[in-house]
Amino acid sequence: MKNVQKQKRANNSLPFFFRDEFKVSLVIILISVALLITTFTFDIVPPILNRGIQPATFPKALLVLIIVMTLLIYYLATKNPWKVEKKLPRSFFLTLSSFVIFVVVSKSLDFFLAISALSIFVSYCWGEKRLFYLLLVGIIFPIIVFIFFETILGLRFPPGIITNIYYS
Amino acid sequence: MDNLLLMLAPLFSSKLLLVLFFGTLFGLILGVLPGLGPTTGGALILPFTMTLDPLSAIVLLTSIYCAGTYGGAITAVLINTPGTPAAAATCLDGYPLAQKGEAGRALGMATVSSTVGGIFSVVILVFFAPILAQLAYEFGQPEYFALAIFGLTMLASIGEGSPIKNLIAGAFGILISTVGKDFMTSIDRFTFGINELTEGIGFIPVVVGLFAMSEMLTQSTLINQVFNRIALKAIKLPSKDDYKKTWKTILRSSGIGSFIGVLPAEGGTVASLIGYSEAKRFSKNPEEFGKGSIEGIAGAEAANNAATGGAMVPTLALGIPGSATTAVILTGLIIHGVRPGPDLFREQPDFLYGIFGAMLIANILFFIFGFFGAKIFARITLVPNKILWPMIFAVSVCGTYSLNQSIIDVWIMLFFGVLGFFMRRYGFSVVPVIIGLILGELVEGTLRQSLVIFDGNWLMFFTRPIALTFFILSLIALAFPLIRSRKFKKKL
Repeated sequence: MKNVQKQKRANNSLPFFFRDEFKVSLVIILISVALLITTFTFDIVPPILNRGIQPATFPKALLVLIIVMTLLIYYLATKNPWKVEKKLPRSFFLTLSSFVIFVVVSKSLDFFLAISALSIFVSYCWGEKRLFYLLLVGIIFPIIVFIFFETILGLRFPPGIITNIYYS
Repeated sequence: MDNLLLMLAPLFSSKLLLVLFFGTLFGLILGVLPGLGPTTGGALILPFTMTLDPLSAIVLLTSIYCAGTYGGAITAVLINTPGTPAAAATCLDGYPLAQKGEAGRALGMATVSSTVGGIFSVVILVFFAPILAQLAYEFGQPEYFALAIFGLTMLASIGEGSPIKNLIAGAFGILISTVGKDFMTSIDRFTFGINELTEGIGFIPVVVGLFAMSEMLTQSTLINQVFNRIALKAIKLPSKDDYKKTWKTILRSSGIGSFIGVLPAEGGTVASLIGYSEAKRFSKNPEEFGKGSIEGIAGAEAANNAATGGAMVPTLALGIPGSATTAVILTGLIIHGVRPGPDLFREQPDFLYGIFGAMLIANILFFIFGFFGAKIFARITLVPNKILWPMIFAVSVCGTYSLNQSIIDVWIMLFFGVLGFFMRRYGFSVVPVIIGLILGELVEGTLRQSLVIFDGNWLMFFTRPIALTFFILSLIALAFPLIRSRKFKKKL
């Protein structure tokens, strides 16, 4: 209980723009406003084809609802601040960056290679240093998955330096 | 009589029996592993079900649902970490009892009460789903719109996260469903010139991203966590004395769980918490709760497994998911071309009763597997995350890619993984997003068609008694968390 109070006090002591509730609400509102502006670019259907409401009306209403509810949670948070979240550890950022690496490698080099690279990278970053297990998660298991999808589900993976060798 | 025979059909099909066997086994493994569970597991297995016929696919998903819900109890009792959120209440008494050297007794009670709860709920499903479907014949577009709104407002009280945050997440889910060509006018919405988005955002990338990938990121923040695992010698069937103490609790919790399950969007987590608190309220020894009460385990476990059958009632009869996992099952039904609702009961009774029968058998199977194999399943928790999660990543990526053979789907999955992580970090549950995504088309479609019927007059909604009832229920659903928190504050 004391810890919770401490956390709350800590959050209250921060300037409002550093608090999680402000940052989260701001992000939601900014994205919602941007999307709301986008809805004004949607084509308008002539009355003869229009059934009930225009295609943009429903998303507009939803976005307004999201903005109103976000303002409400921010207002409630000013009375009852959110607890301060722990700082994210290095392993999180490494895992997150592995997603980016995956996207880059799968787009530019090879899909299978991207899976392998991410698996080895994540496993290593999470503390696995034994070579056999790194090979297991990075090579053996992806090969099993690849063959399973390829032969049983009849899936064709996107072209890349390794998959091209396999398919040729 | 015919329907009962249809329920027994899975017993006479070697293929379905095999699917049930593997589904139950897989469900147990998923339930035991903290962070996975039947919802994530169901999402991971969805692409694989495309190779199966619709009945086998749904039997696989439902058996994972039943067994996975029970599997969470094994981890809750032995390592004080619920394998699934629905097993959170089981930790409260399961772990203290295991610490006293009675892990076998705790798991025995969890297994028996889960099985009883599960079977009870299948009986409820068999009787109530057709009645609800019959009622749904009276529904027109306005009633379906009001029902969908009721389902969405129920998100306010799903137990995790604040009610408003859940509603924001639900609205966001509906918003995702509007991406792509408008289904009535073919106008592009939120496609930003990307061709792949004109077909809309698929269920699988969102579901796998929000559940599996966000969990992978969550696990990346917990790599130094150490679990204290209590050794299990063997599961013990409850003694006569235990049965005497708990039979009323098991029956009560089975009823509570089934009822909570039937309510749209609610699921095993809410059911187990209410089942547990009611068990405490009616107990002759409430002071034992939290210290290893056998009634506490029975109350929580019977309720969360009873919610499985209950949650299938609105899913099959109305197409409104009763829980997070049934949202995945509903996705499975949709991608297999099966549209749940009253027509399904009239046109495909063999399909429906096959599912009911399979759920019944799955409950018996997980009892057998749990009773004889809990010790082995408990060892699965020893698989380190640094090996398990990269493997799950490989399966998630290939599974997501396989459905449309689209690399964009994989990127969407990763995006929703990151989004889901931050949502959970700041107290937004990801379950409402899935339910919103599933109900989105129903909400918008029925709204627009109703407005055509009503000639644009919104007030006409309130002239339809069934629709009006659902709107009133929606208001109650919105007010309920407020009343509950005031009551709770008063108690304090």
